[in-house]
Amino acid sequence: MKFAVLVFPGSNCDIDCYKAVEEVLGEPVDYVWHTATDLSAYDCILVPGGFSYGDYLRCGAISRFAPVMAEVAKAAEQGKYVLGICNGFQILTEAGLLPGTLLRNTSLKFLCHDVVLRVENNDNPFTVDYEQGEEITIPIAHGEGNYYCDEATLESLKANNQIIFTYASNPNGSLSNIAGISNERGNVVGMMPHPERAVNTLLGSEDGKRMFTSILKAWRDQHDAATIR
Amino acid sequence: MLKAKVYVTIKQSVLDPQGVAVQGALHSMGFGEVESARIGKYMELTLDTTDRAEAEARVKTMCEKLLANTVVEDYRFELEG
Repeated sequence: MKFAVLVFPGSNCDIDCYKAVEEVLGEPVDYVWHTATDLSAYDCILVPGGFSYGDYLRCGAISRFAPVMAEVAKAAEQGKYVLGICNGFQILTEAGLLPGTLLRNTSLKFLCHDVVLRVENNDNPFTVDYEQGEEITIPIAHGEGNYYCDEATLESLKANNQIIFTYASNPNGSLSNIAGISNERGNVVGMMPHPERAVNTLLGSEDGKRMFTSILKAWRDQHDAATIR
Repeated sequence: MLKAKVYVTIKQSVLDPQGVAVQGALHSMGFGEVESARIGKYMELTLDTTDRAEAEARVKTMCEKLLANTVVEDYRFELEG
């Protein structure tokens, strides 16, 4: 299974994502520059955190028009896995690949600490290795992680089981304690917390590890049925 | 040459934490009459055109596509020149 880690000018969690794939999965992973126009070689696209294009105008607003984003939309359409973390989540909402948007934290503070997340949906390629309702510890690091959408969108998120993670204790004012959501099909996930920073006890937690093992497991379940190994 | 003045504001239905902080500061300075404060963005675009109708349509598209996130923001603009 082949991973791409997108790199925008200002991405600063790209190395963490790359290392997480390398350490946890040992699968092939490439950095892909924001000007790339072909993602056909990859099975999973990781859109990392950071401050793409300096977050000028709005978080993710400019990166959403980077050439590579048309390819991300294409990959999502083909059912490939796309995971946006933090700024990556903001980019995916700006791109319309996920509903809603991220607002300034209600405290106006940049928050950088561990939070407890509840796994709301483990029937998703990114969470199959977690238990439904399990509580996990993953760090956050954001100033604009306050998830917002209109009431109709929230209802449809709930009805389609698109809420993947919620905060046990809401740090940023996020609607319905939402920490991470998926698209309707479930192959595109965005989340504010950083699983790639929680893949080793040396980092304080290894609860993020199972997101990566989940991806590989889900992909193998989907592909190995047709492959003789 | 036309100049577009674009104003982007957070929708009334959405909490504006920056506005709340500024309101709090004004209150603590003695400006108790401030009932609310909302923070927005102001942008000036200089356009290499004299066709107002065309410019209006183009600026509207710019606002919808990039300058405002219509999920949470309203926009308006004026053309001058």
